[in-house]
Amino acid sequence: MADLLAPGHRGCAGCPASICVRQVLDAAGPNTICTNATGCLEVMTTPYPETAWKVPWAHSAFENSAAMASGIEAAYKALNRRNGTNKKPNIIAFAGDGGTFDIGLQALSGALERGHRMLFVCYDNEAYMNTGIQRCSSSPIGAWTTTSPEGSCSSGKTQRKKPIAMIAAAHDIPYVATACISYPQDLKAKVKKALSFDGPSFLHVFAPCPTGWRFPSEKTIAMGKLAVETGVFVLYEMTDAEPMKPIVTVKPKEFRPVEEYLQAQGRFAHLFKPKRDEVTLKRIQEDVDRKLKWVGLKP
Amino acid sequence: MSRKIVKGAEAMAIAGKLAKPDVVPAFPITPSTTFPEKMSEYVACGELPNTEFVPVESEHSAMSAAIAASATGARTCTATSSQGLALMHEMLFIAAGMRLPIVLFDANRALSAPLNIWGDQQDSISERDAGWIHFYGENAQEGLDLMLMAFRVAEDKRVLLPTMVGIDGFVLTHTSEPVDVPEQKAVDDFLPQYKAEHCYLDPERPTTVGAFAPPEYYMETRYQLDEAVHSSGPVIDEVFADFEKRFGRKYSKIEYYGDRDAEVVFVAIGSLCGTLKDWIDEHRAKGQKVGLVRIIVYRPFPFKELKAALANAKIVAVVDRSISLGYGGPVFSELAAAFVNDAKRPLFKSFIIGLGGRDIKLNDFENIYNAASADLKAGKVNEKMHWVNINKEML
Amino acid sequence: MVTKITKGCVIYNSPTSLGNKTGGWRTMKPVVDEEKCKKCNICWQFCPDSSIEPADRKANKAIKINYDYCKGCGICAAECPFKAITMVMEEK
Repeated sequence: MADLLAPGHRGCAGCPASICVRQVLDAAGPNTICTNATGCLEVMTTPYPETAWKVPWAHSAFENSAAMASGIEAAYKALNRRNGTNKKPNIIAFAGDGGTFDIGLQALSGALERGHRMLFVCYDNEAYMNTGIQRCSSSPIGAWTTTSPEGSCSSGKTQRKKPIAMIAAAHDIPYVATACISYPQDLKAKVKKALSFDGPSFLHVFAPCPTGWRFPSEKTIAMGKLAVETGVFVLYEMTDAEPMKPIVTVKPKEFRPVEEYLQAQGRFAHLFKPKRDEVTLKRIQEDVDRKLKWVGLKP
Repeated sequence: MSRKIVKGAEAMAIAGKLAKPDVVPAFPITPSTTFPEKMSEYVACGELPNTEFVPVESEHSAMSAAIAASATGARTCTATSSQGLALMHEMLFIAAGMRLPIVLFDANRALSAPLNIWGDQQDSISERDAGWIHFYGENAQEGLDLMLMAFRVAEDKRVLLPTMVGIDGFVLTHTSEPVDVPEQKAVDDFLPQYKAEHCYLDPERPTTVGAFAPPEYYMETRYQLDEAVHSSGPVIDEVFADFEKRFGRKYSKIEYYGDRDAEVVFVAIGSLCGTLKDWIDEHRAKGQKVGLVRIIVYRPFPFKELKAALANAKIVAVVDRSISLGYGGPVFSELAAAFVNDAKRPLFKSFIIGLGGRDIKLNDFENIYNAASADLKAGKVNEKMHWVNINKEML
Repeated sequence: MVTKITKGCVIYNSPTSLGNKTGGWRTMKPVVDEEKCKKCNICWQFCPDSSIEPADRKANKAIKINYDYCKGCGICAAECPFKAITMVMEEK
């Protein structure tokens, strides 16, 4: 049990991104090279000359964590041939939801299609947190952000959350999974499995952000559990043996009401006060039900 | 050495092959496409057995993957042009800031809009502030040679900067010319394997690469980078000299052509200098004196060499194949500024020529020469920038 | 001490973040009841700040908070199944 992310980084108290990295690296071990999209994780861990990373780590820009990972993988292949070596470090690309769902999607798609041996980990806190909580295509229906504010003409974000794991899986790659920092055994097992493939894999990690979602810092883990127990986020995996067929890995015995999850967060407060926004609440419930049906957890 | 007749873009690919790069991430764009095509072919046919060709999905990812590969310790090169270089813009600054010796072949081409695939130098001149070393060739042979030298300069421990080599789109990239192709052994001796000492990604020696610098560090990083670009000058001279010793072709940061004591001197970059040299030959045959300074190394800006070369000039006609809109010719403005504090300095006159593949003809230089001579005679420069060979009826 | 800028700002001697003692951010402080700690290390899994020394069941050693870096988020106290960690007001 060695920490590969050192303390002293500047993440907010209760930050899910660092929890995600610690769990991923605990599973991957020290023979790992990481790339990182610009974002909270990059900024909080590497203000020059400080770094919290005990494994090699590289950042260059926001939209290209996957392209960076491609370059590293290609370099290792070439240098192994040139030098007669057989070094195969794990190559893990980290990006937030902005660097994955939105600005990083093209580079991700390209890298997945080219088949590089790499694991792309998206820590999804459902908004652009580093610039101060703006909407992302990962933000869920009804969520307040600073660019999807609630008001007399708006109930927060209108659109559905982009199904990023399905998009990754549609590239017909060996392994795609969803995970949540509140379920470390499940997450680590998926990291190990992902790294066992000689090709690209994608891990979508649910990462509740106390700062952006407006909940107390000690509830980061509880919020992730609540998301899974209400069916808002489903933990599953998919392989190319059975394309687009999710296999659920954590099945709640029965689902708790979605409103329990919504009411625990300030970003959804406007759905309940000053009066209940039944239209949006219904949309959210329908969206959850639809997804649960797709994964086979609801008839 | 063997002699081959190839198009310019293929000559660049041949140089790329001779350099035995470890990683080539590239995305096709006219008129540089021959480069990724040939490189992938060399890899597919086993001519580059160690090289990894990465067919990326965009130029942005090409430069991103190049940065990562170079940061890992791999010799890395790519090629692009125009919109592709513009899409790389963000990553060009990053490659330099991270001090990564990436080599890039740029097929010089106009920028949109309107879209135009033909030659001018707007694309790379627009990237002059990025911290890259800039080489410009006049023909395919120079492109090939400069490309080989670019690797040696970029990877020199005293330099460690990305380097781009530009040759004009179509006029050079798609024109067949005879080129001398050096022997692989001779290139291997000239260009030893790249051994990354300052930047690597190795689990046995963990590094953090690409950290962000807060205000108390950032300015020093820019100072250091600016100093690095400036001080690459002597290394470039050294590499040019060594190349000449081994391969017999002489290079310098600028080339002077014509009469050393000429009062009217042209300054230009790239293939148009070939046409201009022909005009100068005709002109001199008539007994009139004229000179040309061709810039081969644009960054670091060759202040010393340019000042020495223009010491006798009375008027300098700067012929730019790009334009800083709202100002004028980029080379003109930089060159004039280089002389601004000198008590004795020539007059400078700005000409814009050959944008978006507009033909450049012998007669154009006659017109430029006459305009410059008239100003010289008047002792005063007509400040209005001259657009050469422009059809005013369309305006 | 003045930091000499490395070429390309590469950081070699990682981790250098240890110089940044984030413990100063704390308003609430986790206190471990060693008697109640069952050495399951669940708190270690969830600590965002790598500020928990894992317990060692064999050596019968409870977990230990590294107050140099602990920001007092309270996740460990909230997640401990045995209520072995309590949050108390930081006294400064």
